[in-house]
Amino acid sequence: MRLRALLTCGGALALAACSASGPSDDVASASDASGETPFASTYSPYPGAATALVGATVFDGAGGRIENGTVLFADGEVVAVGDSSLAIPAGYTRLDGTGKFVTPGIIDIHSHLGDYPTPSVDAHSDGNEATDPTTPEVWAEHSVWPQDPGFSRALANGGITSLQILPGSANLMGGRSVTLKNVPARTVQGMKFPGAPYGFKMACGENPKRVYGGRGRMPSTRMGNFAVNRQTWLDAKAYDGKKRDLGKETLKGVLDGEILIHNHCYRADEMALVMDMAKEMGYRVSAFHHAVEAYKIGDLLRENEVCSAIWADWYGFKMESYDGIPENAAMLQREGACVVIHSDDENGIQRLNQEAAKAQAAGRRMGMDITDASVIGWITLNPAKAMGIDNLTGSLEAGKMADVVLWNGNPLSVYSRPEKVWIDGALMFDALDRKRRPVSDFELGQPGEGDVK
Amino acid sequence: MKRLVTSALALATSALALTATPVGAQDVAITNATLATGDGSAPIEGATVIIRDGKVTAAGSGVSVPAGMQAIDGTGLWVTPGIFSAMTTLGLWDVGAVSESNDQAGGSSPFSAALDVAPALNPASQHVLVSRAAGVTRASIYSRPSSSIFGGQGAVVDLGADPDMVVRPRAFQLVALGESGARIAGGSRTASHALLRNALREARQYGTDARIPGRPARPAERTTGDDIPLDPRLVDNRTERGDDALLTRFDAAALVPVVRGTQPLYVEVERAADILQVLALRTEFPQLDLVLVGVSEGWLVADRIAAAGVPVIADALDDLPERFEQVAATQSNVGRMVAAGVKVAIGNLGGSTGDQPRLAPQYAGNLVALSRVPGASGLTWGQAFATISSIPAEIAGFGGRLGVLAPGAAGDLVLWDGDPLEVSSAVTRVFIDGVEQPRDNHQTRLRERYRDLDESDLPKAYDW
Repeated sequence: MRLRALLTCGGALALAACSASGPSDDVASASDASGETPFASTYSPYPGAATALVGATVFDGAGGRIENGTVLFADGEVVAVGDSSLAIPAGYTRLDGTGKFVTPGIIDIHSHLGDYPTPSVDAHSDGNEATDPTTPEVWAEHSVWPQDPGFSRALANGGITSLQILPGSANLMGGRSVTLKNVPARTVQGMKFPGAPYGFKMACGENPKRVYGGRGRMPSTRMGNFAVNRQTWLDAKAYDGKKRDLGKETLKGVLDGEILIHNHCYRADEMALVMDMAKEMGYRVSAFHHAVEAYKIGDLLRENEVCSAIWADWYGFKMESYDGIPENAAMLQREGACVVIHSDDENGIQRLNQEAAKAQAAGRRMGMDITDASVIGWITLNPAKAMGIDNLTGSLEAGKMADVVLWNGNPLSVYSRPEKVWIDGALMFDALDRKRRPVSDFELGQPGEGDVK
Repeated sequence: MKRLVTSALALATSALALTATPVGAQDVAITNATLATGDGSAPIEGATVIIRDGKVTAAGSGVSVPAGMQAIDGTGLWVTPGIFSAMTTLGLWDVGAVSESNDQAGGSSPFSAALDVAPALNPASQHVLVSRAAGVTRASIYSRPSSSIFGGQGAVVDLGADPDMVVRPRAFQLVALGESGARIAGGSRTASHALLRNALREARQYGTDARIPGRPARPAERTTGDDIPLDPRLVDNRTERGDDALLTRFDAAALVPVVRGTQPLYVEVERAADILQVLALRTEFPQLDLVLVGVSEGWLVADRIAAAGVPVIADALDDLPERFEQVAATQSNVGRMVAAGVKVAIGNLGGSTGDQPRLAPQYAGNLVALSRVPGASGLTWGQAFATISSIPAEIAGFGGRLGVLAPGAAGDLVLWDGDPLEVSSAVTRVFIDGVEQPRDNHQTRLRERYRDLDESDLPKAYDW
């Protein structure tokens, strides 16, 4: 009975629980173009036509579903979303979406595009500064290669419009992440999501202790992981800011609530310890990434308002992933905890919609019906919340960025693909127009030119 | 000697599994289901499938259920042959990164081509159980090239819940060319091609000239009961060899059936130029029975592959220049090769998702999706399903016997609650050789334990 009650409002609860970082409006931007911030975003939206998408089924990302819906966007922003009675103002290009589906742009909270680009040669291996167990001083954006062909595949096949690029998990503290708009650019600054807060990558468990234990230095155990982390936090708290220290500046940003923690952590028991460490030190975890055992502690995650960014069905590839089950997402939803489906993979990012659908189906098999509209939230509004950009994108609401995907069928079907993708109202991909598709410098003149082929 | 006799008997017994009636085989009839036979044809609605004595006796519409046989009402269900995983390491590992539980590669072994996966297989691995529950009933298991460009001898297996996993041991040899093979061989494709040619020549000579005391120069094969005879040089003898031989005696013997074409040679290769070099090997070694694996750039030379009659086991959706040998990778690769007349199975789904054969239907479904994308090349539903059922079975040497629902084929049957290629569908029942299979495993037990988080009476550890 308790289960049923939760299910009826599961979507709403899950979304509410997702505001792990507090109201996003309060998050100070660490990447605005004020001039004070280094490496500021230079991105501004490309031109777009005022567009009225009509006749499609609309999933708004916030749990809503509108049959025969109308989505209006102009000047880079969503103007209005409604049913077929919504009036279309003059000057809008009308696009018939009958039989098709509309969602907000898909968001991947965990990507290494650009910092582990393809071709995956050693010269491109820029995701782990694996020379010290704590490297809070490094910033992932300094490793991002904007010419990574993977960005274009994520756009064309996955409808990805925003993504967080994280340092790898070799280190306990891997460095700052960067949130990007999935727009091709000559520089990483040209991709940076204006107004997005920074994230900070941490890692539990096997990887840091293996990497550093293998070199005969601390940490070589899980207890060593925690000791190094706690001492590093204590040193950061004592930082007086008189002499600039890149690492401590970042850690201070976390302690001040301006930088959001994204913590790679598989096991339930370790996640519980990390949440207590965060309380001890005075910061919050925005999301646990990979979190294959999150289903064991859905209650704790809900109470601590921490999202779980997870795969649909990866398991068994390392010891700490042995208890992964496909029902992870559905069980978290049952508890009212926040679910985000992530990729951590240049192939998986092309099919986040299918990964969400598999996680939904696993829930259905155990008797939990989670609506399609709620499941779309796992790859749109929920990641936006955990990344602190939900006031800007992640759902189709008036005033938000017009990051929109028109799908040729239900995005939760294996047979569906993006037909058109708009970023800030600009058409950046069109399956019906061969030229409306990015080809990276690397692929130019090579066979096929970027899978335009 | 006793050990050899025993192992020969064991091999004979496992080979018999395909012909004898399996213990526990039921007579099964499914009626009024949507049937995909696996042969590339479109699904048939309202169809019936009959299995008797572990074999399919009828599958199609207008089939009547024999008197006295109890029928399963398949209304609303789909029925298909079991999924055949064309290229996997299932059964060779428990946890990928726990090296002591992982037998995928024998990198420190003095042997290479002689490595044989059969004795390393563990039918109780959770990944076997998880795959079985998802409708995977057969697989070709390979050993990853590591100590040399030769990975060793793969096996065809079934995923039935019994101790006898091997259907055919030493079913194929695997060799890595391309970038990875070149690194293993000494740092260049020149090294891997020289190594390969030398190995095949040594094997050819060894196959012809090896002098085994008391026997003719080319001794009679030993019959083991399966259809690939055991080469006599693999058993104890005092064979002499030339001083400059690079292969160990055991490795050379293992390559004799390869060079004679009685054992298929699977070749991992991606680049178009490398593919053509592999096809050209047959001018030097005419009897090679080649299978191409990987083949990201196959679409560039699809006509040549088709003309050579060489089948392909491709990564279904690789569309990134992961390595320089894959610069031309495209999701349309499989569709274009099939259109050119190449026989293509999809497999080798490894990579960062882990080796999960249960994802094969999703990959096949994506190939159908591509048929609806302007400018892309995909497959029809029937063609796509064949890439994970009949075609991998044909490539493995079991055409008409596995991977299809047709009279005489093994009674490997999967019931689904919807379109098998759709990500929302689930398997409801699995039969292998007519034996209904259990579908529980570590994952399903965890799911049941954590159906709720209630520990008000006792800890979760008591909930089982």
